[in-house]
Amino acid sequence: MTIATTSEHHEEHHQDLRVWGLLTFLVSESLMFGGFFATYLFFRGSSPVWPPEGTEVELLLPTINTIILVSSSFVIHFGDSAIKKNDVKGMQRWYTVTAIMGAIFLLGQAYEYMTLGYGLTTNVFANCFYLMTGFHGLHVFVGLLLILGVLRRSRRPGHYSATKHIGIEMAEIYWHFVDIIWIVLFTLVYILTLF
Amino acid sequence: MTQVEFPPNTPPEKNKPQTPVVAHSSHPQAWKWYDYFTFNIDHKVIGIQYLVTAFVFYLIGGLMAMAIRVELATPEADLLDPNLYNAFMTNHGTIMIFLWIVPSAIGGFGNFLVPLMVGARDMAFPKLNAIAFWLNPPAGALLLGSFIFGGSQSGWTAYPPLSLVTAPIAQTMWILAIVLVGTSSILGSLNFVITILMMKVPSMKWDQLPLFCWAILATSVLALVSTPVLAAGLILLLFDLNFGTSFFKPDAGGNVVIYQHLFWFYSHPAVYLMILPIFGIMSEVIPVHARKPIFGYKAIAYSSLAICVVGLFVWVHHMFTSGTPGWMRMFFTISTLIVAVPTGVKIFGWVATLWGGKIRFTSAMLFAIGLLSMFVMGGLSGVTMGTAPFDVHVHDTYYVVAHFHYVLFGGSVFGIYAGIYHWFPKMTGRMLNETWGRIHFALTLIGTNLTFLPMHELGLQGMPRRVAMYDPQFIDLNQICTVGSIILGLSVIPFTINIIYSWSKGKLAGDNPWQALTLEWTTSSPPSIENWEVLPVVTHGPYDYGHSNEVQPAATPEVSA
Repeated sequence: MTIATTSEHHEEHHQDLRVWGLLTFLVSESLMFGGFFATYLFFRGSSPVWPPEGTEVELLLPTINTIILVSSSFVIHFGDSAIKKNDVKGMQRWYTVTAIMGAIFLLGQAYEYMTLGYGLTTNVFANCFYLMTGFHGLHVFVGLLLILGVLRRSRRPGHYSATKHIGIEMAEIYWHFVDIIWIVLFTLVYILTLF
Repeated sequence: MTQVEFPPNTPPEKNKPQTPVVAHSSHPQAWKWYDYFTFNIDHKVIGIQYLVTAFVFYLIGGLMAMAIRVELATPEADLLDPNLYNAFMTNHGTIMIFLWIVPSAIGGFGNFLVPLMVGARDMAFPKLNAIAFWLNPPAGALLLGSFIFGGSQSGWTAYPPLSLVTAPIAQTMWILAIVLVGTSSILGSLNFVITILMMKVPSMKWDQLPLFCWAILATSVLALVSTPVLAAGLILLLFDLNFGTSFFKPDAGGNVVIYQHLFWFYSHPAVYLMILPIFGIMSEVIPVHARKPIFGYKAIAYSSLAICVVGLFVWVHHMFTSGTPGWMRMFFTISTLIVAVPTGVKIFGWVATLWGGKIRFTSAMLFAIGLLSMFVMGGLSGVTMGTAPFDVHVHDTYYVVAHFHYVLFGGSVFGIYAGIYHWFPKMTGRMLNETWGRIHFALTLIGTNLTFLPMHELGLQGMPRRVAMYDPQFIDLNQICTVGSIILGLSVIPFTINIIYSWSKGKLAGDNPWQALTLEWTTSSPPSIENWEVLPVVTHGPYDYGHSNEVQPAATPEVSA
């Protein structure tokens, strides 16, 4: 049914396509976050005191968390460079470190939720805060699953190589995306409350 | 396979594709009927799955509309109680928009035609494509199932606070259904963008890309940008409904206008999502049946992109009466009126194509011309309402209903029908019966105008929309509308019979019954599983009709032998 030459042609073409497909999807995802950010800014703009008294954010823990997440973007890039040199072991090492950093970020976020002293329904600020950081956390979790999937597949000999590492690249792109969204989110929700 | 008769001016040898299209019979050429009912990753199967599913939802939504109209035959609420009336009205709108026009125009025609038109063997991500389709049936099931819990009653816009106080379970199901179709739309659009941008046959230049593909490209970009914003709004609404947040609850610090912004940032572009692919279909049907090159190819292609860009900056015209300040009304009035410019460019392009053409009044062409006149009507009333001062007067009256039914019924449904009559031979290998097609067209045209024309007057007289009961002074016009809607309902019958009969017993079509020049007509009808044995080579533009040396796509050896 399939003509051999066609599917070979398809295969090499497909590498590019998947990366472009993911980027297109991420543009779309960014706009969903954009909707949340716009809502948040709308409330911020129409409130005299922001965040309202009793629902202030903590700054130290999220800052540490931010440093961890931003540095993990560098770590994951080392993993991608490693596979381009055909170094599967190195790639696994860097990706494992990234996964651990991502997990620390999520645990930090859970700890922050527990210690803040207010919940999702307290007021509009709390609504926005938990919804946005929660949605971002969900994306970190998905990124973590992608990385774990990459690590699991990399144990099969020859699954990834210097010329064949599209899954690794896509996990990396997704991780960078999660990171960029966090930088905007951190600026909006945490840093801007200082002013 | 039957003989296809080409006009006497057979192409000069040099214009023939360099690689002849050869049809083998050594491997399966087509899918069996049961392949259409399973998870299949072939773009043609998915396209037909979209079209048929959407048509079933069209019938369901249409029956709801007829129930609404029969209810409105008298001023009292005697057939449906007001809650059920609201549920019917909400689900009629939702189904028609999200499960009929968008899936059939983009999902159906887009999937079937785009890979064929750009000379690809399939979409860029076939599995993702199938997943995108299969998100639709559960969405429909959620909407229809919500009637067990009273059905969502807040209108297809689901404005809070109304949507927060009526039928919460049904409303939650409604939100989940829209999130499903939204996801489907995002995945589908991503697939179209990558397919068109990266899988075009190398021999096809950008100015040889069929206009339908330009339209789908613009539509997909628009869907990718706007749909996630609706998802954000609906997620907030979901949290308000079920998890005690207060984004849209004014008494707890929330703001309902934010919802309107998020909603219309998607839902205004959604009207272009519905109409742009239809514009694409028009640009394919008209030149073929008028035997003339399309007038202003580049203008029509770029106007799709212009509509896509400008369309993102007009959403507030739905909110002129939501406390929008004067300067914003002015900005959005102007941006709204600017959309009329690229739309006008398209209309003039088609009219100029028809001008002096050798028009064949096939059913496809009749529907295309019908669309032109209906859409111009809807467009003109749209311009009136796009200006804030007039809009304030007719806001939430039947004038609005008249306008968007002329645009969406006259504009979209006529176009989908034109597309079906035009591409049915390619999809099934058989012709539709033209006589039945004409009866279908006549009934549709009469039904549409009888139903929706009086609504302009009803609106100007001040009859409010979305209510089951009305002042007895409006009774005459309402009864005309009701009769019209029944004619519209009946018009579906000849069409359905025609489709079912012709699919199995219709006249064999051959590869290129309309002597069209776009790539999809160079393969067999229905196309074989991987579309072509050898990918076609493009040697001429898609609309080079009527020149003295009019070129024809290469006939398969079987046909020309």
